Amino acid sequence: MMEHSLKALAQALAAKEMSSVELTQHYLDRIAHHNPQINAYITIDAERSLAQARAADERLAAGTGGPLTGIPLAQKDIFCAKGWLTTCGSKMLGNFVSPYDATVIERFNAAGAVNLGKTNMDEFAMGSSNETSFFGAVKNPWDTDRVPGGSSGGSAAAVAARLAPAATGTDTGGSIRQPAALCNLSGLKPTYGVVSRYGMIAFASSLDQAGPMGRSAEDCALLLNTMAGFDQRDSTSLDRPAEDYARELNADAGAKPLAGLKIGLPQEFFGEGCAADVMQRVEAAIGEYRKLGAETVDISLPNMKLSVPAYYVIAPAEASSNLSRFDGVRYGYRAEEYSDLNDMYSKSRAQGFGAEVKRRILIGAYVLSHGYYDAYYLQAQRIRRLIANDFVAAFERCDVILGPTSPSTAFKIGEKAADPVQMYLSDIYTIAVNLAGLPGMSIPCGLASGLPTGLQLIGNYFAEANLLNVAHRYQQATDWHLQLATGFD
Amino acid sequence: MSLTLEQVHRIAHLARIEVSDAEAHSTLVHLNGIFSLIEEMQAVDTQGVEPMAHAQDLAQRLREDRVTEDDRRDAFQAVAPEIEAGLYLVPKVIE
Repeated sequence: MMEHSLKALAQALAAKEMSSVELTQHYLDRIAHHNPQINAYITIDAERSLAQARAADERLAAGTGGPLTGIPLAQKDIFCAKGWLTTCGSKMLGNFVSPYDATVIERFNAAGAVNLGKTNMDEFAMGSSNETSFFGAVKNPWDTDRVPGGSSGGSAAAVAARLAPAATGTDTGGSIRQPAALCNLSGLKPTYGVVSRYGMIAFASSLDQAGPMGRSAEDCALLLNTMAGFDQRDSTSLDRPAEDYARELNADAGAKPLAGLKIGLPQEFFGEGCAADVMQRVEAAIGEYRKLGAETVDISLPNMKLSVPAYYVIAPAEASSNLSRFDGVRYGYRAEEYSDLNDMYSKSRAQGFGAEVKRRILIGAYVLSHGYYDAYYLQAQRIRRLIANDFVAAFERCDVILGPTSPSTAFKIGEKAADPVQMYLSDIYTIAVNLAGLPGMSIPCGLASGLPTGLQLIGNYFAEANLLNVAHRYQQATDWHLQLATGFD
Repeated sequence: MSLTLEQVHRIAHLARIEVSDAEAHSTLVHLNGIFSLIEEMQAVDTQGVEPMAHAQDLAQRLREDRVTEDDRRDAFQAVAPEIEAGLYLVPKVIE
């Protein structure tokens, strides 16, 4: 059952071939056995998971289940879940048992999905390797000497090692797509505003967006159907009619299912900077898309090279503001010894945050401070506009933009940890999408020296259903997404 | 440009993060590395470009002025480091 799609799992549950309790217990047993190898989960609470599974079995018996009822899912530890330890990968929240549910969690609960556990992540989602977690690095199931990517590295490793059928992630600069690429998964960052951010611990509020991570585009579509929707409690949630993100997947399409589709190839994605073995897989995927009937057009995103510098002003600025709430007063860590109120703040924050989080808070405090605001923060926002305009122009000439997700396959644990700038550049192909607020996906496109590579597909605003179909048609014609890491049987 | 040790101490104070002298040195090296990346922005002429604060052009929604949330003070204060009689306790700030 480890190789089943979510649809097949739902069918097996509906046909009473197994119960949700059995399915959940099966995954809990696998987690107990394999998690120590990869450190994908921070918190497991078997009693809570099994209680949800029992309730799901009752719904299934009564015939009131939906497509996700009884299916266990791993939740990134950035989502507040009532009664669950919710750490965000930080010592700061090492003792925080959430008194409420994030909207994403609430929606999965209402759908009857089972929360299988909370997955490891870079501290406050700041990282591209999952090495900044207070709870230790996550290891890539494809090679446990290597990183799984980040920040949703625990979710990616959990699904890749079959310790969950699917998982949630969040993506501020690539944190769903890059770990999906490095762990051979499909992952989707939706258009900004499609999934509610309520109860999702904030990093950079104008960029953060939650999305699904799974074994296929079809699984991602099913998860997104539950995750997406207007939420009064998130002031940036978009009030749009509900849609079925899987609606295009089952259409009968013949031998050229993507005939008429125009795929844009930005020259900036195909220049130097990408490892040759990754580029070879991306080129092969382009050939596959031509066979499926798509045409390619050469396009340019001339300001893309400025996306990393602009991001490292905007994201830290928003983070320094968001993370000011962690002061040792209302929740979270408080230093044991201090002399006065200011000393309590400064020591609680110095001891509660890790090095990367502190660096980003300091960058943010600096670029927002008097005398530097115009030169850094406003300049970054103007460049953000130029980057978004590049995409608007590009989408006049094509339907989907294609390129690599990550410039390399998974790197070794420790390889980039000492040099923040090298780490930041591993998100060179993903960050522009967040700045523009567009939907982006990563899907597996083959192995290079035994390690997964990822193909990035970027769509226009609200084009998730089409993006998922473009990914799905490739997955119908290839089997890269079905390749599994060994050693987790 | 590059930051000075003094500036590191100043922004650490603004951000309320205690930094020892030893930490300030390594922080300075890292921040200067990051700022040399950020400086690439400065070569771009952005005159007349409207700053983009957000991915969607949104107006703040208004709602009716009525109570929509229950009082859950006890649940929310249960996770606080120190409370008394419904109040959060901090070190004395007024003599």
